[in-house]
Amino acid sequence: MTRAKSSKKSSKRSREQAKSRSKPKETREEIKAVAEAEPTLRQATEDFIRKTIHEKAPYMPKRIVDELVSKITANNLTEEEASKVIDLAINEYVNSLIEPGEAVGTVTAQSIGEPGTQMTLRTFHYAGVRELNVTLGLPRLIELVDARKTPSTPITYVYLDEEHRHDPEKARSLARKIELTRIENVASGIYMDLVTGIITLELDPEMLEDKGVTVNQVKSILEKYGDVKVSDENPYTLILETGIVDYLKLSRLRDKILRTKIKGIKNIKSVIIQKRGNEYVLITDGTNLRALMKVKGVDPYRTVSNDIKEIEEVLGIEAARTMLIREIMNVLNEQGLDVDIRHVTLVADIMTRSGTVKQIGRHGVTGEKESTLARAAFEVTVKHLLEAAARGEVDELLGVAENIIVGQPIPLGTGKVSLMMKTSAIRKKQGDGG
Amino acid sequence: MDEYVIAGIKFGILSPDEIRKMSIAPILTSEILDEDGMPIRNSIMDPRLGVVEPGRRCEVCGNTIGQCPGHFGHLELARPVIHVGFIKHIYDLLRATCRNCGRFKVPEEYIKRYRDPERAIGEILKIYRKMSDRWPLLARRLSETLKREAFRVDRCPFCGEKQYKIKIEKPTTFYEEKMEDQVKLNPIEVRQRLERIPDSDLEILGYDPKESRPEWMVLTVLAIPPLTIRPSIVLETGARSEDDLTHKLADIVRTNERLREHIASGAPNIIVEDLWELLQYHVTTYFDNEAPGVPPAKQRYGRPLRTLAQRLKGKEGRFRGNLSGKRVDYSARSVISPDPYISLNDVGVPIEIAKVLTIPERVTSWNLENMRRLIINGPYTWPGANYVISPDGRRIDLRFVNDRKALAETLTSGWIVERHLMDGDVVLFNRQPSLHRMSIMAHKVRVLPGKTFRLHLAVCPPYNADFDGDEMNLHVPQSEEARAEARTLMLVQEHILSPRYGGPIIGGLQDYISGSYILTSKATLLTEEEVIDLLAAARYVGPLPEPAILSPKKLWTGKQLLSLFLPDDFNFRAHANVSAGNLRCDDEECFWDSYVVVKKGKLLFGVLDKKSIGSQQPESMFHHLVREYGSEFGRMFIDNVFRMFIRILEKRGFTMSFDDIVISEEAEREIEKIMKKAFEDVYRLIEIKERGELEPVPGRSIDESLEIKIMDEVLRKAREEAGEVAIRSLDPFNHAFVMARTGARGSSLNITQMAACLGQQSIRGERIHRGYRDRALPHFKPGDKGALARGFVVSSFRKGLTPTEIFFHAAGGREGLVDTAVRTSQSGYMQRRLINALQDLYVEYDGSVRMPDKSIIQVVYGDDGIDPMKSVHGKSVDVDRLIERVVGWKR
Repeated sequence: MTRAKSSKKSSKRSREQAKSRSKPKETREEIKAVAEAEPTLRQATEDFIRKTIHEKAPYMPKRIVDELVSKITANNLTEEEASKVIDLAINEYVNSLIEPGEAVGTVTAQSIGEPGTQMTLRTFHYAGVRELNVTLGLPRLIELVDARKTPSTPITYVYLDEEHRHDPEKARSLARKIELTRIENVASGIYMDLVTGIITLELDPEMLEDKGVTVNQVKSILEKYGDVKVSDENPYTLILETGIVDYLKLSRLRDKILRTKIKGIKNIKSVIIQKRGNEYVLITDGTNLRALMKVKGVDPYRTVSNDIKEIEEVLGIEAARTMLIREIMNVLNEQGLDVDIRHVTLVADIMTRSGTVKQIGRHGVTGEKESTLARAAFEVTVKHLLEAAARGEVDELLGVAENIIVGQPIPLGTGKVSLMMKTSAIRKKQGDGG
Repeated sequence: MDEYVIAGIKFGILSPDEIRKMSIAPILTSEILDEDGMPIRNSIMDPRLGVVEPGRRCEVCGNTIGQCPGHFGHLELARPVIHVGFIKHIYDLLRATCRNCGRFKVPEEYIKRYRDPERAIGEILKIYRKMSDRWPLLARRLSETLKREAFRVDRCPFCGEKQYKIKIEKPTTFYEEKMEDQVKLNPIEVRQRLERIPDSDLEILGYDPKESRPEWMVLTVLAIPPLTIRPSIVLETGARSEDDLTHKLADIVRTNERLREHIASGAPNIIVEDLWELLQYHVTTYFDNEAPGVPPAKQRYGRPLRTLAQRLKGKEGRFRGNLSGKRVDYSARSVISPDPYISLNDVGVPIEIAKVLTIPERVTSWNLENMRRLIINGPYTWPGANYVISPDGRRIDLRFVNDRKALAETLTSGWIVERHLMDGDVVLFNRQPSLHRMSIMAHKVRVLPGKTFRLHLAVCPPYNADFDGDEMNLHVPQSEEARAEARTLMLVQEHILSPRYGGPIIGGLQDYISGSYILTSKATLLTEEEVIDLLAAARYVGPLPEPAILSPKKLWTGKQLLSLFLPDDFNFRAHANVSAGNLRCDDEECFWDSYVVVKKGKLLFGVLDKKSIGSQQPESMFHHLVREYGSEFGRMFIDNVFRMFIRILEKRGFTMSFDDIVISEEAEREIEKIMKKAFEDVYRLIEIKERGELEPVPGRSIDESLEIKIMDEVLRKAREEAGEVAIRSLDPFNHAFVMARTGARGSSLNITQMAACLGQQSIRGERIHRGYRDRALPHFKPGDKGALARGFVVSSFRKGLTPTEIFFHAAGGREGLVDTAVRTSQSGYMQRRLINALQDLYVEYDGSVRMPDKSIIQVVYGDDGIDPMKSVHGKSVDVDRLIERVVGWKR
């Protein structure tokens, strides 16, 4: 406290002074030589750190050992200090291991359920982009835990390969290619002539430009419905001779024409280009992972959608698990809720352990419990009881709910511990004494 | 005493024989009471069915009320009826088996594969048995598919009989479609068909022929449940009101009697059929009064009867209401209030409650004198005792003992005294909703005058409690084991760290934070007198440190006082909460004192605030203290040091008043200017849009773009600017501002709203526009899209709102209320489902996470075996922190 500084300026000055006071090179080397001899001064090397850890605690995870090595050497600790740090690290690691019998499931359920009460219900939030709404908050969390077939706002994050990644123009052209464009998206009007059976299609030049479609493209697509001519008065008007004069048939054809795909991928309603870090990423409204991954220019290794079921189908169950964890963490973090990832992995693991994504609830994890009583205590009580009677089921009272129902200690935590004792030894001892 | 553990519960269907065997009395008459009003034997009120009146002994088991479990009777049905609950099973079995020989209709492909149907069944059975041992779910799938395939077989592979389509009508009637006409299958025929199905064929279909033969799904004998499950209520008038089940049983017995008589007298078939159907209806509603297609049976006043299925179902049903959650004794509930002078671990219990709740204490030679004193004090003076239990199990109620002194004299080792709750006893304390394990924690009792439970302020966050009328529950563990567990595992100090994220959920809050800031700020210099007072509040014992200033007067800094309580080897450095904006510092020796540095247990720089001692702040100073020096140290820190923080506020005075939110006239004018400009900007934007020149936000319509621009670019900015102006004009030691800066309470937004401007009110993220046609309120012109017309509130809370502003503010506020109401139910259900899905998981001794059947969910918990509660915000080993601990003082 004696050196309390009165202003920023003076502290800066003192630092400069300290610099100038630093010792000349020769003395530094002399000190180094002395330090080599003394363990309290000798700098800890990587070998030293690894050897010490290996001798004391060979079970230390590699990740922690590596972190210790890099940080200890980076901070130029002496061997003595390094040993202290290593001892503390081993101690901390061993002390923070989970204890056997811990009711991790309940803790997880509470850790995810409790912050649910603090979440906002406001469904929509911007996911970095103003243009796209993404369901977040409690509704999204429920959606994930429910393992719904389709999310309410399906979205794909399309990452691009080396060639397209850095060039906004190339990214844009890819976006145009992906985006599902129907004739109705570029048309400004469509008219039927019931007498001649001619359908007149007016195209919107601005939309054509925006979607990157030419009149000729549209024309060639329309050709499968009949003869197509470009109008003489207006280069953006197409005339289709169908030869159909029946009103019903003609209007059905008109609807069909409007829905005809010009280009793009099914389900991809719109595409937005966003810069993430130093690359361009396409964000699509709607998903079709299988098709998107095949598109040239897309990096299939990083492209993901937020549809867990789709991921499961296309990329497999492990990918679904990873995505589930990522999505749940994303929802929680977005709301500013601090939940340890271990809880989220446990939920994801129980949902995916059978090889398919199972819902948390009646039609999934809980519904497949072995215990009749546990199922009956959850939902649709009577049905489960009658079913059990017909099948002659036996409840072996292994779980928590069942044991609470019959009034016994639960098989978790302190209830899990039992005592095994050799009665013969006791009898012998009593015999000796008496 | 032997202890039994229930190893399992087997489910099955009662066979008629079993029902008769377990019956104590056949039900023969529909009369219930005789002329004297006594229940008639062999009626549904037969006294042998169970004891319901106090004082009577059961003829059957000799027990009195409460002990006698009740006994079943039985009723022979004149004609069989179908059990509604099994309708689906009966329907499936009828379709899957032959109408003639009752064999399972083995589908074509299996006959081909195994050559003949008999062998096919044998082979499938073998596979099925093997499967059901290891993969019960798969076995169920197999029988389900087999069944489905068998439905389509139209000629029996065994007897060659042609099969007809079977139809089901509404509740319980089956028809067989022969050629063009439908033939009704009555329960007798149904039962006969079910009887013909051989055991082996049933097993393939997933039934257990030993425990549940399908013909038992058609009832010929009805079990009459004991009186104890359907007690009658005696009203004040003396009239008896029977239970719903008794009513229903009376209907059944009456109809059955009539049916039997009509059959005996050879009544025409139509009448018999009608009565039969009526009997079926009564039995159906007896089992399930909400069965689809059946009009529910009503009680006299139109209320639907609560019959068997209804008793089990739902939140208040037997399962969820009585079996999964049970009512308990030795509990209390009262309003809570704060007490800053008790320990974190304590709970203040009113004397009145302490005199009712008891703990059974075994008398030994060590506590004999004490126990005698308690008995002499009796049940009405605290500390006393309510009951004494002698070694032979007699229970003596001290309320009715005249000479308690004599009783106390006879007390010897081996007696049990149920004594009042006393200081230091361990009890469980709970606040609903119990969303995490910190919602029930163990506290040590402090018996206090008054009528409320008292608790330490720092335990409010885990309980989510405040003192606006909250009530909490208290439970007294009765066994030594329970108390030991409560003390070691559930005590408040063991829950300072939350398992949700590695960080403290208990810590400083509100005034504690303001106090720590005031105490440790550079401006605080304390005289000897003050130092002694503060240290006394913290119960410090030891010498005073060397004063920081010796002359002209001995003065100490707050940092010195705090350092007295830090362990000598504690190093720590971090930003303070106040380190933001222009007060930000990223290194020690900070001019603004906003970088906290502790070296060797001495607080050298920085003020302590929310980031250092706050609750729910992982990796804070308090977190590291608790982790590194233990929960006992953490508790003592809260008990002692936190009290010092309060004391300094008491000495200096720390209030917030109207003056704290008054800003200078100059600032006022500036804000007015900002607002005026913002309004003009809004109209300008609208004008640009009208002209069609507005640049749209990509992916949005022009109207939406306009709204976004008005909200985000004009009005939000206007409020922020106004806030900045207001805050700039406030004194930095203005108490409201101090609280916002240190994180004690409120934010700069709150100050802005009080001092400068409330800002835009919104519903669903949009400006308020609904109400009247083209306008929100009739005070504005139709189509006005200006700031004021769409819910922008220029006034501050200090100045007061105009009538239209009040309206907009209320509308915005209402949305928040609705939101909360909807959310609680949704998240509650989600949590119930999560708990149900995950509650059985545990960590095995090998570190894996398993289901109770030992199947593995995770090979290593959390992929690294680390308990999040013991981690540092998720990290098991925080290397940076370790280096800081070891060499932190060096730099």
